[in-house]
Amino acid sequence: MTVAAEPIITEEVKQKSPGYWAGVMKRFMRDPVAVGCAVIILLLILSAIFAPYLGLNDPYKASMIKRLKPIGFPGFPLGTDEQGRDMLARLIYGGRLTLFVGLTPVVLAFFIGSSLGLIAGYVGGWVNTVIMRTVDIFFAFPSVLLAIAISSALGAGIVNSLVSLTIVFIPPIARVAESATASVRSLDYIDAARATGGNALTIVRVHVIGNVLGPIFVYATSLTSVCMILAAGLSFLGIGVRPPEPEWGLMLNTLRTAIYVNPWIAALPGLMIFITSLCLNLLSDGLRSAMNVKD
Amino acid sequence: MFAYFVRRLLYVLPVAIGVSIICFLLVHIAPGDPLTAIMPVDATAEEQAAMRSAYGLDKPLPVQYAIWIGKAATGDLGKSIATGRPVANEVFAAVKNSLLLAFAASIIAFPIGLFLGFVAGYFRDTIFDRIVTGFAITGVSVPNYWLGIVLVIIFSVNLSWLPSMGAGPGGSGEWAWDYAHIRHLILPAVTLAVVPIGIVARTVRALVGDIFSMDFVQALYAKGMRHSDVLKHVIRNAAPTALSVMGLQLGYLLGGSILIETVFNWPGSGFLLSNAIFQRDLPLLQGTILVLALFFVFMNLIVDVAQAAIDPRIKRS
Amino acid sequence: MSKTDATNSTSDRGGPRQPLIIAKNLKKHFPIRSGMLNRQTATVHAVDGISFDVKKGETLGIVGESGCGKSTTARLLIGLIELDDGSIIFDGDVLGSDIKLKELRRGVQMVFQDSYASLNPRMTILDSIAFGPKIHDHKDPASVARNLMERVGLDPERFAMRYPHELSGGQRQRVNIARALALSPRLVILDEAVSALDKSVEAQVLNLLSDLREELDLTYVFISHDLNVVRYISDRVLVMYLGEVVEVGPVEAVYKEQAHPYTASLFAAMPSMDPDNRTEEPPLAGDPPNPIDPPTGCRFHTRCRFSESVCSKVKPKLNVIADNPDHLAACHIKDVGSGHSLAAQEAGE
Repeated sequence: MTVAAEPIITEEVKQKSPGYWAGVMKRFMRDPVAVGCAVIILLLILSAIFAPYLGLNDPYKASMIKRLKPIGFPGFPLGTDEQGRDMLARLIYGGRLTLFVGLTPVVLAFFIGSSLGLIAGYVGGWVNTVIMRTVDIFFAFPSVLLAIAISSALGAGIVNSLVSLTIVFIPPIARVAESATASVRSLDYIDAARATGGNALTIVRVHVIGNVLGPIFVYATSLTSVCMILAAGLSFLGIGVRPPEPEWGLMLNTLRTAIYVNPWIAALPGLMIFITSLCLNLLSDGLRSAMNVKD
Repeated sequence: MFAYFVRRLLYVLPVAIGVSIICFLLVHIAPGDPLTAIMPVDATAEEQAAMRSAYGLDKPLPVQYAIWIGKAATGDLGKSIATGRPVANEVFAAVKNSLLLAFAASIIAFPIGLFLGFVAGYFRDTIFDRIVTGFAITGVSVPNYWLGIVLVIIFSVNLSWLPSMGAGPGGSGEWAWDYAHIRHLILPAVTLAVVPIGIVARTVRALVGDIFSMDFVQALYAKGMRHSDVLKHVIRNAAPTALSVMGLQLGYLLGGSILIETVFNWPGSGFLLSNAIFQRDLPLLQGTILVLALFFVFMNLIVDVAQAAIDPRIKRS
Repeated sequence: MSKTDATNSTSDRGGPRQPLIIAKNLKKHFPIRSGMLNRQTATVHAVDGISFDVKKGETLGIVGESGCGKSTTARLLIGLIELDDGSIIFDGDVLGSDIKLKELRRGVQMVFQDSYASLNPRMTILDSIAFGPKIHDHKDPASVARNLMERVGLDPERFAMRYPHELSGGQRQRVNIARALALSPRLVILDEAVSALDKSVEAQVLNLLSDLREELDLTYVFISHDLNVVRYISDRVLVMYLGEVVEVGPVEAVYKEQAHPYTASLFAAMPSMDPDNRTEEPPLAGDPPNPIDPPTGCRFHTRCRFSESVCSKVKPKLNVIADNPDHLAACHIKDVGSGHSLAAQEAGE
């Protein structure tokens, strides 16, 4: 061979470059706020999962004489609710349903919305028109209104909340997925892959998904906080989780009557929603910068 | 410009029809018979059939939709099952109150959001920027129905400064511009303003920061333009996007105030909606959601057209 | 020169050697949709009835200003966009009836201008090159890729597991060349493949391309706006203007004497290193006309200093130049019967 590669790389020869995700991890670990939020979320999830093993009081056990006891009441570190149930236990058990109903819809919407957006963005033409115009219609509702509309029509219940919130979050994710796919679709490496004779499915699998999933994922994580607030909001309105299940939104609602008696107990479930939602937002911001995704 | 307006209008039309179809179908995805709520338990089969045809429920869905939308177009949204009053009257009275609340919240939110966002974007990567960013992210993360409760605890329960319920003394639904009524507006409006403050501040911060890092700003300084005049250029470039974000937020405020209205018993559309949910008053639910959603679609249209009017880049395309 | 020579030159075609690819009357019009109902309101005449062939083992250079349809032609040849009209015959097989697109793509590959955009940023160099062999069920795609990397001058040990952003532009373009060669094509389309590179790197890559052509018996279609580069690498050159062929001929003939005024202006705009070799032709003024509404007759007449009334009315045919049957130009001046005042003088000379 007469032609040699120009000697651009002078540093020590590396056999294998660190992959993209290794870099993301490294950048993420350098962000103390994001890591802290990730730890808090993880603790909330773990304590919710392992709640029965934490030696807590029975979250369902009511007591007429121990109603609305203040924070620090003996045997009840965070006091009791309007039916005399242990607040600490209810808040930790409440994480189970709240986090489940608050996060699952985004996961489901991520899969459904990404698929729709990928199809619309890659295939284009009338397929794009049908998918995206339908998405536009759902997008025309403010998310709170759409969630409440569908939930109230379907009635209260966990499954109905999941369905309505998933429907709320499919359109925004599909939109982001569609535009990310369409812009990757126009790059030369897709043309090069098509010129190699790859069929559409292979090209989407090998060349498109890896390059669009990052931005879609980051966008989806930014929706988790809204979804949490909405999910708890549905329960707050009485069209989400049904009593007597502990759930932060529902607890906030049933404790509203207590604001004149023991206001800070009444505010506790909302504080949990707020902390979770704040951590989800900060975590999403950290992921966004670690993954170099631009708005 | 006019052509753009007409094009946008023609694009909005199918969306509005789609929205109305979804609102129409809400009643039909509801489990159980829509009649059960109004039907006496001991109704005979004939009475049921009579009721069914009275409400047009015996006809095929597309026909029902055509009838429903035809009536809706003339302002007839049916009768509330709970009160028997026309839905349209109830909805419009409530929307008036919701608009009042949404505007009050905008008046609080937009200047604060704009100011914070601009200052943060101008002093990017300083401590001030960090404080504003932190404040903004807190604002968008807070469940505002909880914030409402907290504000009630502080200002109504503990301090007894402001009322916590209703739109006026004695729970009156009639609004008046006097001290007694405005007092009722303060807490819900402040609560409702927190999320848009966060969103506007975040958007404007990113926008202003980006514009300041653009080459043309360097060029303006390089040719000796005064700082205050450069700022004018920056603001002119940021204005279209900032305005459209605020316009959309106004729409969200109206559609998103449901939970806040419930917290404060504010007699608006959200309060109406939660009553409709509570009583399973499907015509009222359907009518309220239709009006709110169409208002949001309409707001989007206004925002787009207004943005095109002030942003020369859009006219060309 | 005369008409009979022209017919002689065409009768030479399809002689002992079948051209590798024949493009016949290729047309591609892109619709522009606008207005209230998204109706098609205008058409971009990106490629408007061009015909040419590429002989086995040769390099055909295609030159022209940006927007003249060079890249569209490249994408038509490899089937990345669909033809509106015309046909492509690959080594005697008509695309669509004798061979399918997938088979054409095994024989024709392409290297793009943007070396970064044409590589998947999330894929290692090895995977990018091996993608083609892999989907064509090759037994050992990785070893194909490694062999090709060596062939294009990239040490597989050093580069196989790297990502595109870690390579220089020249190195990336070598990867793209290796990727294009992975399916052992016979024709490689190089769409401005060296245009974005530094001059020194460009020379290295051009040398590599020349070597590869010899070693692998390749045929190139080399698209560029750089006339020096085209001269270096090409055997024949084809000049395009607003989606049409205005001149085609052997490199020496065209570079020695440009038959079409447009070609002449292009060459005049090219700075010459040799003071004695500088032409007096004025460089081209203005931008090309809008391809949405191309000029009537000769499309160049709006910018041509020899333009006469015939030029705006009649579309010129490709005529043989200087009795060289391979050199053709579409200009009324070169056509005795056209009625252009200069055509008679040319004939008289």
